[in-house]
Amino acid sequence: MWFPRLATDRVLRAYPVDGPFALTLRHDNSERLYCLNAHAEQAGLHRDMSLADARAFCPDLLCRPARPDLDVRFLAVLRRWALRWCPWVGNDGADGLVLDISGAAHLWGGEAALLANMHTRLGKAGLAVRLGLGCTRGAAWARAHYGTQEQALDELPVAALRLDNATCIALQRLGLRSIADVSGAARAPLARRFGPHLLQRLDQAFGHIPEPIAPATEPPHYGVRLTLPDPIGLVADVMAATARLLDTLCAKLHAQGAGARQLVLTLRRVDQGSQQVELRLAAAMRAPARILPLFERGVATVDAGFGIDQLRLEATLVEPLAAQQTGLSAAPQSPDRLADLITRIGTRIGLENVQRFLPADSHIPERSFLIAPAAHSAPESGWRSGKSRPLRLFAPEVIVATGSTPPARFRWRRVAFATARAIGPERIAPEWWLDDATWRSGMRDYWCVHTHQGRRLWLFYTPQNPGWYVQGEFA
Amino acid sequence: MSSDLPLAFPLRAARVHEVSGPGATAFASILAARAGGVVLWVRENRLADVLHPPGLVAFLDPARLLLAHTRSQTDSLAVAEEALKDGAVPLVVIEITHPLDLSEGRRLQLAARAGNTMGLCLIPEGMGSNAAETRWHATPALDQNRSDSTLMRWEIIKNKSGTLGAWHVRWDEQTHRLHVVSPAGDRPGSAGISG
Repeated sequence: MWFPRLATDRVLRAYPVDGPFALTLRHDNSERLYCLNAHAEQAGLHRDMSLADARAFCPDLLCRPARPDLDVRFLAVLRRWALRWCPWVGNDGADGLVLDISGAAHLWGGEAALLANMHTRLGKAGLAVRLGLGCTRGAAWARAHYGTQEQALDELPVAALRLDNATCIALQRLGLRSIADVSGAARAPLARRFGPHLLQRLDQAFGHIPEPIAPATEPPHYGVRLTLPDPIGLVADVMAATARLLDTLCAKLHAQGAGARQLVLTLRRVDQGSQQVELRLAAAMRAPARILPLFERGVATVDAGFGIDQLRLEATLVEPLAAQQTGLSAAPQSPDRLADLITRIGTRIGLENVQRFLPADSHIPERSFLIAPAAHSAPESGWRSGKSRPLRLFAPEVIVATGSTPPARFRWRRVAFATARAIGPERIAPEWWLDDATWRSGMRDYWCVHTHQGRRLWLFYTPQNPGWYVQGEFA
Repeated sequence: MSSDLPLAFPLRAARVHEVSGPGATAFASILAARAGGVVLWVRENRLADVLHPPGLVAFLDPARLLLAHTRSQTDSLAVAEEALKDGAVPLVVIEITHPLDLSEGRRLQLAARAGNTMGLCLIPEGMGSNAAETRWHATPALDQNRSDSTLMRWEIIKNKSGTLGAWHVRWDEQTHRLHVVSPAGDRPGSAGISG
């Protein structure tokens, strides 16, 4: 099953266009045609043509940017849908499917009826498709891409053997144009000239070498549900039901070697309304006993109405979680406890509000550190020490003073200070590659000022734009 | 007078303490440095001044700090109570903006006792709670002799299980130790110390 225009068909299903249409992809610094519809091909356009040339040939060409990632997903959807014909379906390149219909064709009334059914259904879905049927995977591919159903494999050109371009051209130069020519030729010189690949493809097409179809496995689904004969309304009952769901879900996670990072509990009420309890975890986990208490807060806020008769628990975000060795020392318990605590705090104030400091590479005091959510970052070392820096930092507060050395007396936050000792200056220039409004006043000379009153302040002077400011306080 | 700081300063475990004054942040940092393990620092996200981790390096590794930014003091207290009760972190620092009433202070105290965790409230001047185990007032002091000094005057102004007192202390950045400085001599600030 080959979809020669998979990408355009996908887009045209949503936005039907009656006229030439193409998808473009930026490649080697120029927009090139990625996939075109039948109208555009009739207008003489072809793939890999540059968009400017195509516009010149065909002024009313409509374009859209291509999305290869969505095409891959669309093909996966088609693959699942193709399971309606037979249970053994695999991907074939980026734009084809391969179905093993042995044992399934008679259910559709024979091979011809099956192919007709495929044609009608895919035609209704708006997909151009070329079907090839063969007793081997290679033969089916050859008929889908290069021939018709009635043609014998021998008559097809050599390109139908799934060879690369260079080999095809070389074979044609030798006068071997069809598959019959190649299969009739002596094998040893061909192997010497082209390597084993050509003969392998030939044997696969004729069935001398088996070629398996690898059906892709369905991704595991982490959702469980529980339907109750009678509605429940008490928090304890809901928690008991959740515990049963969690046990099943966690067993599933355990079998897949995964841990849940985000869980959604949907509670459906008798009156068809439904409420969701979302739980975001600070670390992937799959121990029911640890997850269950975290649901308590969310479940307590749910309005049960006339009762809840269906519960559904789904792990919406899953991360791989390898089994860990326990029991050798008592220490490894601590990170788990900390992650539990972060989760519990996160259910109240939002998981992104539990944060930690990360070092950043900048001399600008405000940018010398980052604040990142603790659940999505690891503690980092590499803090620069040496330069004395204040413990508290605030937005610069202006003080009245003149001159380039710290004033002997000044008032800050309505308190009078007398300078006892000033250490500095330490000049910090703004980062010219970033436009920061607070650094528009130019470079700064930082001074650590010890006052007679005791407090140690971080002052700076802006020589380009004379003025004195307080920006921080030392301990 | 200076010799009895060890009686008071490694603050009593499983209790909530309070500290005020301009040196409160340094007091909390020193306590965090001595606590070991991860320290939770709870503060409201609307507060203008921020902790500056390059300055914290002198006291402890900023990687050991976990911040919880809350929307209101009620959230701060709830988070602090949860963390104190859990006992996964040895120290919880809470920045207080409104005075605590007796039941709030008592709940924190009970949570600290349940989790065997120490709590420290950074309070604005005069906003202490009756439930606190000890209350300190920390102010930086001028050191005439050393230019890199971190001399501070710590005064204990409330103590449920001991006496009051005041000390001059200095934090040693190299060895990460707290030194009690003798108040002898005519050092300014030492005149106010009484037995």
